[in-house]
Parts: sequence; structure tokens; C-alpha cells
Amino acid sequence: MRPTAPLILITAVTALVAGTLTACGGSGDDAGTVKVAYNRSTDNKIRFKDAHLEAAKKQFEKDHPGKKIKLIPIQAPDNDYATKAQQMMRSPKTAPDLVYEDTFRINSDIKAGYLKPLDDYLPQWDQWGQFVDTAKEAAKAEDGRTYGIPDGTDTRGLWFNKEIFAKAGLPADWQPKNWGEILDAARTVKRKVPGVIPLNVYTGKGPGEAAVMQGFEMLLYGTGEDPLYDPAAKKWVAGGKGFRDSLDFVRTVYAEKLGPDVSDALDPNVGTRVATEWFPEGKLAISLDGSWMGQNWVNKGPKEWPDWSRELAQTPMPTQNGQAPGKVSMSGGWAWSIPQKAKNPDLAWEFVKTLQTRQNATQWCVVAAQIAVRKDVAADPEYLRSMPGIEFFTGLVQYTHYRPALPVYPQVSTAIGEAMEKVTTGDSSPADAATAYTDQLTTIVDGAVVSP
Amino acid sequence: MSATRTGWWRWVPLTPATILLLLFLAGPIGYCVWIAFTDTQLTGASGSDFVGLDNFRRAFADDNFRNAVRLTLVFTFVSAVIGQNTLGLALAGLMRAASRPVRTLTGTLVITAWVLPEIVAAFLLYTFFRREGTLNAILDWLHLPSQNWLFTLPILAVSFANVWRGTAFSMLIYSAALSEIPREITEAAEVDGASGPRRIWYITLPMIRRSIGTNLMLNTLSTLSVFGLIWAMTRGGPGNRSQTLPVFMYDQAFLKSLIGYGTAVALLLLLVGSLFSIVYLRLMKVEV
Repeated sequence: MRPTAPLILITAVTALVAGTLTACGGSGDDAGTVKVAYNRSTDNKIRFKDAHLEAAKKQFEKDHPGKKIKLIPIQAPDNDYATKAQQMMRSPKTAPDLVYEDTFRINSDIKAGYLKPLDDYLPQWDQWGQFVDTAKEAAKAEDGRTYGIPDGTDTRGLWFNKEIFAKAGLPADWQPKNWGEILDAARTVKRKVPGVIPLNVYTGKGPGEAAVMQGFEMLLYGTGEDPLYDPAAKKWVAGGKGFRDSLDFVRTVYAEKLGPDVSDALDPNVGTRVATEWFPEGKLAISLDGSWMGQNWVNKGPKEWPDWSRELAQTPMPTQNGQAPGKVSMSGGWAWSIPQKAKNPDLAWEFVKTLQTRQNATQWCVVAAQIAVRKDVAADPEYLRSMPGIEFFTGLVQYTHYRPALPVYPQVSTAIGEAMEKVTTGDSSPADAATAYTDQLTTIVDGAVVSP
Repeated sequence: MSATRTGWWRWVPLTPATILLLLFLAGPIGYCVWIAFTDTQLTGASGSDFVGLDNFRRAFADDNFRNAVRLTLVFTFVSAVIGQNTLGLALAGLMRAASRPVRTLTGTLVITAWVLPEIVAAFLLYTFFRREGTLNAILDWLHLPSQNWLFTLPILAVSFANVWRGTAFSMLIYSAALSEIPREITEAAEVDGASGPRRIWYITLPMIRRSIGTNLMLNTLSTLSVFGLIWAMTRGGPGNRSQTLPVFMYDQAFLKSLIGYGTAVALLLLLVGSLFSIVYLRLMKVEV
């Protein structure tokens, strides 16, 4: 076929048609509607977030006659939720007006140009002063501007079942001083209480960030200071001894069959099973888990379990050898952000204000078992009474670490998940997995790596 | 195209189709090729730069990519070339000899597996292979050792799933091909004293050679791009022991946000597909 006049004509027509198609896209949008994208739990019984947003939507629509909130729940594991939200934010046709973001992803989404700075709104907002400084930092970018309003945080520690502990002859006020004592307790449970899972440590690519943060980083940050990123050198830390030791802990758990069956452990929905099956049914002795666990068992929760506060107890995660400060925790949290391509950013901001009235903010921390990021909420008796263990987890804030909030962190996190998976399945030794991690890290951060 | 000189107006009726093809086929493909030469990311970096062959160099240096290529070849060979193709031919042959009710029943079962949406089939087979699944229940009942198939033999489990799902297509192709062999030829061979296997080898197979070629090519191409089945059953895991190229590509492009690299991998997958096609075309000397 010779490229002749017809071809040129066709190309011209194509361009014309393409232009028309693009121009007419999204015409169905109502100018007075705020589209709100958020992650719905993969467990169909967990609907407290949906209920909370639904209530806020009613309130907003009553206060703003003629305006509408359109809730867009995305039911997916966290990694897939992030991917979907990022794809939506890429195009003005699909971008929501408000999006719920894990704070560890905010910086990479800011760098990708997906989010809008909120600094123009903040000075006129009387509630911003109530937020604690660390929370304000969580959604701040390298450019010093704020891109999200956090609505809570979390801490992590060891949950254990006192009844199983009693059967195994372990103390009800168990307080391990180092990693060895955790493994010893798990081995005792395995020996004396057959049929239960002694110790759950999230691992692998399936559970995604849950494995990396609750599992790996809870270990890694107990091996030394700034083991992932060196803020002084502004470089990432290669996989060294602490990294290998942490992987070795994971390997020990799964190689000695102290953890759940490997295929269950690598399942993306393992978190849901821990909360709604294994703990309530008395099949799990210890889990390295988050402050929000109680939300699963409260009245009208996904798995009502009135006795949970009698059967379960919490204890801080110790550092590797009990070195100072002796305890370790990780914190994260989620924030509400307005995408760069949102059609109704101003109205979306109005909805943020509705979500963050003092009453709604307190209500949210109560139903979602969040650790408060607002001073007024933290002091609220309703919040303090809301959940057994809330003082315990609030007390861990002094030992807590935040992840390096840098744009490449999500990629680093994926690389860590892979290293964990390799040692969990036994495909690789901790040393080999750490070396592979260092190689990947070097590619991800373009060589900006230091030895630990 | 005929060589006669015709006016450009003869193109007019073709214009809508050509526009649609350019718009929805050539356009995206061209865009993909472009992306494969850039460092576009889903998140983290806003701009994207032309990086030449970097993505391809990176792929060939990447252990995980090589692992994915290897697994893709295993998966394609086991499930498409051996599984779907041979089983489809066997079923088609046996069904010709079978009674009508048997034929109807078998045909219905096999085709049901084929018309099921991929994701439904994937979940069915997931429940079949998982630790508390049907397969292990049967093995228990037979007092045979059970195991977690998706964990111990992931690539074979997904290959079996693909055979289960895709055999109907081969069966239909071969049924059609076999029914076109004139009965006189087979009868003549029989009279000459040719045994069953010899008849198949010297008469049947050569006569359906073209169908075999077409079928192998179509099976291979559709198997190379299987994603949903594997994703739902194993997510490419455990580790990366069932991570074929499409799963690897998804992992890089959407989980690691490296769209540019993922697209380059997709182009390489396209290349693998064309290599297979060329091999088939040469081997079978099929005229297309």
C-alpha cells in the first residue's frame, strides 16, 4: 500500500474524531457533585467506614442544599486500591474530587502531580490548629506544602490470647524483652497447645504494606536507628546485618512452622482472617498487629466478640536484643486529599470540613479504632473510653517510628515484600534475599545507597 | 489487492473501518511502543523521558524477567502445545467413535468449561486445588497424601487450569477437521490392511495438518496472554514460581508503578508470540 492522499485524509479525519471524542468526555458530570473515592474493606461485614461516610454525606447534603456527595467505594486490597486510585487521578475524566490516601503514598502521588496543595484553604480553617505536629508532617511534601488532612494514626504491638497462654503455662502479663523470648513463647505454644497457630507475622507480597510495616519494619526498626533511610546522608540504607536478622526472624517463624501455613500467610486477605477467624475462634496465640484490631470485634463490627478484651492482651514489641529504648512501634495513618484534576476542589474541601468537625472526628476515631491526631479528640472522654487497650496503644506513640515519607518508598516497600516472600517460602536464604534487595534498591533510588 | 488502477474513491467505503482501526488499534499500539522507550511511572515521577533501549537492557539483566520467560515457555508448552492440543484432538477423535448421548454429554461438559468467564473458571480451579479443596478431599478419600498444590506445584496447577478451560476450542477445531476427511479414504486404508495407529499417523494427521497448525498457533497465542487465570489462582506466587510474562508485566507496571518498563516487557511478549507463530508457519507450512 502506498501512502497517498487517502491516507493523509484518513489521518486528518482520525485526529478530528479523536479530538471530538476527548472533548465530549465527562459531560455527564454534575457540577454540584463531589466524588469521593475511598477503600472499602475486602470483608463484606466491615462497613463502618461506609456507614461513617454515609452519615457525613447526609449531613453535608442537608447543610449544602443542591449539592451532592457521590461515594465511590473501591473494594480491594491496599496495593490494588492505590493502583486504581492512581489510575483514576491520571485523567480529568475519572479523577475523584476527594481521595483517601495512605500517608506513605502521598509523597509519591504528589511528585507524580496527582494532588493539589491545600495551603490556600488551611489559614481560614479554625480546626487545623487542633492537629498535632507529627500528623501535620505526615501529609507535607518536600516542597513544604500540605497535601492531605490526616484523620487518625495507629501504633503496633503484640496481641496475645491469654487463654492459650494459660494452657501453655505462659504468664498472662507476658512482656518479652527481646526477639528470642517471642520465639520461645511461640515454641512453647506449639509444643503445649497443638492445633493453634503460635505466632502470626505478616509476610510476603500478597498482604503488601501490611506485611512490610507490621511485619518487617517492626523488626527492622528494633535493630538500630534509621535502618531504612539515612536522613543525614539523604540516602537509602543497603540490606545489612539488621536487615538479614529481621529476615532471619521471619524465616525462623515459617521454617519452624510457628506461623500460619505459608499459603495462608501469603494470601492477600490474611489480615481479615486473623481478625475475624483466627483470634475470635481461639486459633491464634500471638499476632504482631495494629492498634485497630478492636474495631473488628466491637458491637456491630464485622465479628462481634464481646469477650475479646478479657481473652486478649497487648504487650509492646521489644527491640532485637532489648537494647534501648527497649520497645518499638511503627505509625502510619490515612489522609484526605484533593486530586489535581478534581472538578470541584472547593466543594471537596467543604466536605473535608464536614468530616473534621470535632464531633465527626471523634466519632471516626471511635468507630475506626484510630489513634487520635487531634488534641481535642485525644482528650475526649468518649474517645478514651471507646476501646479497651486504647491507652496502651496511645502510650506506644513515644516509641513509634514513621516510614521514610519519600516518593520511592512504595517501590522500596514492594522490594522488601519480595525479600520477605522469598525467605518465607524458603526460596532464598536471608543473606541472598538481602543482597537481592540491595540490588533492587540501588536501581530504584538510582544508586543513592549507603552501607549500614 | 488487485493490480488494476482505480480511482481514490474506491477507498471511500473502507474509510470508516480504517478510521476505527487506526483509532482503536494502531493508536494504542503506537502509544505503547512509545511508552516502552520512556521511563513513565504511575506514581512518583511526574514527567517521562525518552530512555532509548534502557528498559529492554534492564529486562534482559533482570533475573525475574528471565524467570518469567522460562515459566511462560513451560506454561505455554505444557498447557497449550501438549495439553489443549493433544487432548482436544483425542477428544475429537474419540467423540467421532462414541455414541450420540456420550458425545452430547462430553461436548456439553467441555464447552461449558470454555464458555465460563475466565475469572469464574479461575475461582473454580482455585477451590479445586487449594489446601481444603476438592482435589485434596478426593486424595484423602483414596488414602493418598494430599498437599497444597497451589503452593508446591503452582505452575503445573495453573497449566492444568488452562488445559481444563481451553481444550474445548481445540476439540471444536479438530471435530470440524476430522469430519471433512472423506470416509472412502479411511475405508480404503482399512481394506489395504492399515492398523488403527498407522491410519492415524499416515492418513488422518497429514490430512488435518493445516488445522493442527492453525490450532497450535491460536492456542499458543491465547495461552501466552493468559493473565486472569493465573492472577486469581496464585498471583504469580508463591515467590515468583508461577509468574509468567503477563503477570510479571502487571507486577512491574501497576504494582511497582513502572509503566515504561512494564510496557517494554509487553512488547517482548509480543515478540515471543511472533516467534512462536513463525516457527509454526514454517513447521507446518500452513498457507494463511
